[in-house]
This record gives sequence, structure tokens and C-alpha cells, in this order.
Amino acid sequence: MRARILVRPKAGILDPQGQAVQRALPALGFEGVGGVRIGRLIELDVEDPSQLPAMCERLLVNPLIEDYEIVPEHICAGDEAVQT
Amino acid sequence: MKFGVVRFPGSCDDVDALLAAERVGEAELLWHQDRDLHGVDAVVIPGGFSYGDYLRCGAIARFAPVMESVAEFAREGGLVLGICNGFQVLCEAGLLPGALLPNISLRFVFRQVWLDVADPDTAFTESSGGRGRVLSIPVKHTTGRYYSPEPVHVVLRYAAGENPNGSQDDIAGVCNEQGNVFGLMPHPEHAVDPLTGSTDGLTIFESMRAHVGDTISV
Repeated sequence: MRARILVRPKAGILDPQGQAVQRALPALGFEGVGGVRIGRLIELDVEDPSQLPAMCERLLVNPLIEDYEIVPEHICAGDEAVQT
Repeated sequence: MKFGVVRFPGSCDDVDALLAAERVGEAELLWHQDRDLHGVDAVVIPGGFSYGDYLRCGAIARFAPVMESVAEFAREGGLVLGICNGFQVLCEAGLLPGALLPNISLRFVFRQVWLDVADPDTAFTESSGGRGRVLSIPVKHTTGRYYSPEPVHVVLRYAAGENPNGSQDDIAGVCNEQGNVFGLMPHPEHAVDPLTGSTDGLTIFESMRAHVGDTISV
């Protein structure tokens, strides 16, 4: 199956990328934006999705500084329909 | 006393680390796919961009075959020094606490910094000149902001006003609880010759030699 893993900086970890983007948006006229956080998206094909948490814990994510969320296949498919 | 300097694909300070180690003892390169540490007395994980630093700095390198042997070597009390990318590798491998995050400035920093020796009694600082001594050693990195949610054994701190990356509590280098694994973002191997302005980096290698010498004579 196709899986999608969202990796985010843990709450409380300073995210200078997010801060820089948050400062940039008002400069372009987009007001009222706050709490910008920038993470990473990993997509992969996997035969045994039950292995995904172990993959995240051992390699894909550093649990000390990052949180992750595994997005199930049917939600991924729904996303794609909306994206058109 | 023989140092082994690990070479990963993407290492770039391995030769400087080798030359620095050769100023105080023997040294040889260790290949990332070779589990054999060739009987060295201490291991140096050098700076660079191991495995391209893909995913996170050091995240792939920690699974290199040589790192299994380095972890075993560390468990048995062997001295392991991680410099810059080597520090990142040791944190990712769980041999040191904490993690390195992108610099607050989001920029590459490259400059000489002053470091306070927070603990002059470790195997890596015992020849540094004692408490209160400051060392002049360069930094060059983009991902050097140290972070640990737990208290750690701090060995080196950036002196007041010198913190180049937003590191927590001005931490520049930490060691593990046993005191035999040490990682730091500054590059002692680039501060070993008066020609480049400072020889303070040599004190790290001299400390390791002295420590290993003491261990052998006991």
C-alpha cells in the first residue's frame, strides 16, 4: 500500500524555518498567519504497513525532536481527489 | 597509542583528523564498511556529510557496519571522539544524549570561537589546562544547535557571546555518563598548527593520549 508519514518538529522545539516563513507571509500581504511549523513528508509503498511505526522509530524519525503521524491509505487517496 | 579515524562516504575532515591525531600518536583510517577496528586505542568520527546527510545529519551513517563495532568498543570503555558530523552520528546512534538541530540563523556558520572548558577532568580535556581555561577552535556547520530534554554532562561551552547556533545553555560538547564518548561541534583537528592561528585543538588529542597511556600503564 501507499503510505504517507508526516514528520513534525516536536512541540516546544524552536523551528526557525517556520518563524522565517511566518515573517515572510505578511510581507506579501497575507495577514493573520501564526504558528507556522515546517516538517517533512515521507511517502512510500509498503507491503506490510504494520512495520511503519518501527520504521519511523528506528530511522525515519528522531523521536527526541520529532513527532510523526502515519496517514492511512484511504485518506491519502481522498487527498488526491481533492487536490485536482 | 593508535587512533582510528572513520571514513564514511561524504566525510571531509577525515584527513585533517588523521593528521591531528598523528601529532600525538599513530593514526589510521577505518572504512565505514569494515567491522574490524584494527586494534586502535581510540576512535574518531570526523566531520563532513556522511551519506549525504540525507534524512537527518548522521541518521544513515549510524547504521554503517563500522558503527556496530564502534558501539561495542564504546560499551567496553574505549574512547570515542565525534567531531561535528561525528557528533551528530553519535547522537543519532544513541551513544550520546540529545540531538543537533538547524542553527537558529538557518545559515552556515564558519568562524573561530572561544570555548570554556566546563569539565577539565574528562578523558578529552585533562590536558586542556584546567578549569577556567578557554580554547580557541573553529566551528563550521549548519546543524549545530544542541538540544537535550534531559540534563547532560557538559564538557565544553561556547564562551559568553560566542554561541554560533543557538545551542541550549551554550553547549558545544557533551560526553556520555561513563565519560568515554565525547562529541563536539567545533573542530579541534583544524586547530593544531600555529600557522592557522591556534593549537588549542591539540589538547583534545593530547588528553586522549594521556588517558589511554594511564589506562595502559595501570
